[in-house]
Amino acid sequence: MSKNKTEIAPQLKEDLLHQFEATIDSFEAKESPFFVEKRKKAYEEFKLLGFPDNTLESWRKTNLKPFLERAYDIEYLPAKTTSPKESIFQCDINQFDTDLYTMLNGEWIEGANGVTTYDNGTIVANLSIAKLAFPDLFKAHYGECVINERNGLIALNSALYQEGYFIYVPDNVEHNTNLQMVNIINSEQSIFTNTRNLVILGKNAKLKLVHCDDSINNNSSFINNVTEICLQEGADLDLYKLQNKDDEAIVMTSTFIRQAKDSNLSSNTIVLNGGLIRNDTHVSLNGRGANADVMGLYLVDRKQIVDNHVYISHNVSNCSSKQVFKGIVDDQAHSIFNGHTMVKQDAQQTIAFQNNNNIQLTTKSKIDTHPFLEIYADDVKCSHGATVGQLDMEAMFYLMQRGICERNARMLLMSAFVRQIINEIALPTMRASVDELVQKRLKGELSACEQCSIQCIDPDKPIHFDIDISKI
Amino acid sequence: MLKIKDLHVSVQGKEIINGLNLEVNKGEVHAIMGPNGTGKSTLASVIAGNESYEVTQGEISYNGKNLLELSIEDRAREGIFLGFQYPVEIPGVSMTNFMRTALDEIREYRGQEPLSAAAFLKYMKEKKALVEMNAKLNNRSVNEGFSGGEKKKNEIFQMAMLEPKLAILDETDSGLDIDALRIVANGVTKLKSPENATIVITHYQRLLDYIVPDFVHVMYDGKIVKTGDKSLALKLEEKGYDWIKEELKAK
Ligand SMILES: Nc1ncnc2c1ncn2[C@@H]1O[C@H](COP(=O)(O)OP(=O)(O)O)[C@@H](O)[C@H]1O
Ligand SMILES: [Mg+2]
Repeated sequence: MSKNKTEIAPQLKEDLLHQFEATIDSFEAKESPFFVEKRKKAYEEFKLLGFPDNTLESWRKTNLKPFLERAYDIEYLPAKTTSPKESIFQCDINQFDTDLYTMLNGEWIEGANGVTTYDNGTIVANLSIAKLAFPDLFKAHYGECVINERNGLIALNSALYQEGYFIYVPDNVEHNTNLQMVNIINSEQSIFTNTRNLVILGKNAKLKLVHCDDSINNNSSFINNVTEICLQEGADLDLYKLQNKDDEAIVMTSTFIRQAKDSNLSSNTIVLNGGLIRNDTHVSLNGRGANADVMGLYLVDRKQIVDNHVYISHNVSNCSSKQVFKGIVDDQAHSIFNGHTMVKQDAQQTIAFQNNNNIQLTTKSKIDTHPFLEIYADDVKCSHGATVGQLDMEAMFYLMQRGICERNARMLLMSAFVRQIINEIALPTMRASVDELVQKRLKGELSACEQCSIQCIDPDKPIHFDIDISKI
Repeated sequence: MLKIKDLHVSVQGKEIINGLNLEVNKGEVHAIMGPNGTGKSTLASVIAGNESYEVTQGEISYNGKNLLELSIEDRAREGIFLGFQYPVEIPGVSMTNFMRTALDEIREYRGQEPLSAAAFLKYMKEKKALVEMNAKLNNRSVNEGFSGGEKKKNEIFQMAMLEPKLAILDETDSGLDIDALRIVANGVTKLKSPENATIVITHYQRLLDYIVPDFVHVMYDGKIVKTGDKSLALKLEEKGYDWIKEELKAK
């Protein structure tokens, strides 16, 4: 990387490097050299890389500069939180039938932190404690599938991360409660956090995991998250990501998934709202018979930007993968989909499929879609496609001829368009709830914190679902 | 009920209907026949308010109102129903959601309370029985994967649900086997009352054995060129349209 190109946000970079230099002593005091060495290496990488800018192919469409040039409180310490935690979390209505673990401003809330060990041996813990408690698991898996060189944000995270979650499901355990990890930002300061998660599923282990990024107020915030997921032989993970952030929020997530033989990943990312949301999903299919379904839905309007980058690498033969993303883009919003499926030379009998369908509601909105297959094996079944369209006018006329007004006719067609993705959600309560949230979002009636399980703004507010008569 | 005067319609600059007149009163059944491509479906679409067609001249009044000023949905709420020649498939929209939304809006327009979920389902069941439709209809997407016959029955089912004042059935009989034809015709007959009117657009006399028309119109080249009673339909069935063309030439 050339030193003389003009970097974006040089001041923020400088501040973060200083922050690292000021904190390294305390890292050394708390962590084993295994972690400290990784941090130091990542620090050097970040120093070299800086923040990703438009000259990088994968950042050509998304310009971070204006977002990074805001003033952030990088020295943010959890203790500065002004909101009384008790009142925020008094109400833990559980919408999705899940075990709920909550992080506020990048830190685990009181009472939830520590190590939870289920009877079947499954462990949920905050990262800082887990690092000390399970050194062997970390040695085997931590940092194994992250590629810092890809972009400076990942290196930055690897250098400076403080907290996050750790989940371990032992071999042959089908974990029977769904886990929901909620990451809430509620701060008077404009905070910049680096959160880090590690999820390990042992051989033939099974888990359904819901990851929520929520925000409560309208201050700008920057979440830079890295999640590593390791699926061992025959493991099966359903991963749902729900993102309902305010219009000032910036969320960068980089998820690295390593899959062994016969493992299965089903990931579904639903973006309901946010200022700038970028989700990078990086899957390595390393064992025969592994399957990855990476799906997503995004609904953006006003000046929101959502960017989904998916990279699936077929490294061995007989694996399958699917990328299906759908989006509705309104006002002056901008959506980017970049799906890259790499089929390596040895990956014979690969089945890979990519599809991205968009509805563009206005001429001022912008949709970039780029499904891309890179194939070096000769015996494969691969296909890709992308569409950008408007609502079907014949269908509109048909609906309106039955007395349905234009607004509702549009609603019906838009809901129908997104249904395919919602129907893939395997948790019935969550599916119903997401369906409801999406309806509200399309009608413009969804508030930023509505989807959040905490429901702190109005704890008395009943959770209300209209009966869905189509299911009778 | 419906008065069309000197109607001219163009699509993409091409005139399809040129000087059409038609009057339909309540209680009446009108049949419109005519060769392909003469503008029958265009006429139906214009009455329903399809905006791809441009009315360049003439007027349409409906129950004393200027129909051309009403929106598509208001025409429907005022009781105009179009049974489509080619019903549109709408993947992902269930029949129940579709009909529930439509009925709620029509009832609201008429100042009626919405039906409860239970009452709605009961009502839907009754109407399904009328057209002998499959019980599984509710969860299916609108027309998606329906056979030709099912699509046409579905049009009559929707008509039964919405209880229109003026129903225009555009070739609802085409492509139906004799059983389906009987079901469709029975449905239409049962829904007939002295208060409503029906326009059936058809190629075949056979439907008119069930739904007996008061008037039969022949449409040719964008105009109604001949009007008679049901015997005209029999004559068309027997002799085709050539004799009409001859008559027109002679004029
Ligand atoms: N949307 C359209 N765009 C272009 N031409 C059309 C359109 N709709 C109808 N037409 C033309 O108008 C004429 C009449 O069509 P139509 O009303 O469907 O006839 P009919 O129903 O009597 O068979 C045909 O020549 C047809 O090709
Ligand atoms: Mg026609």
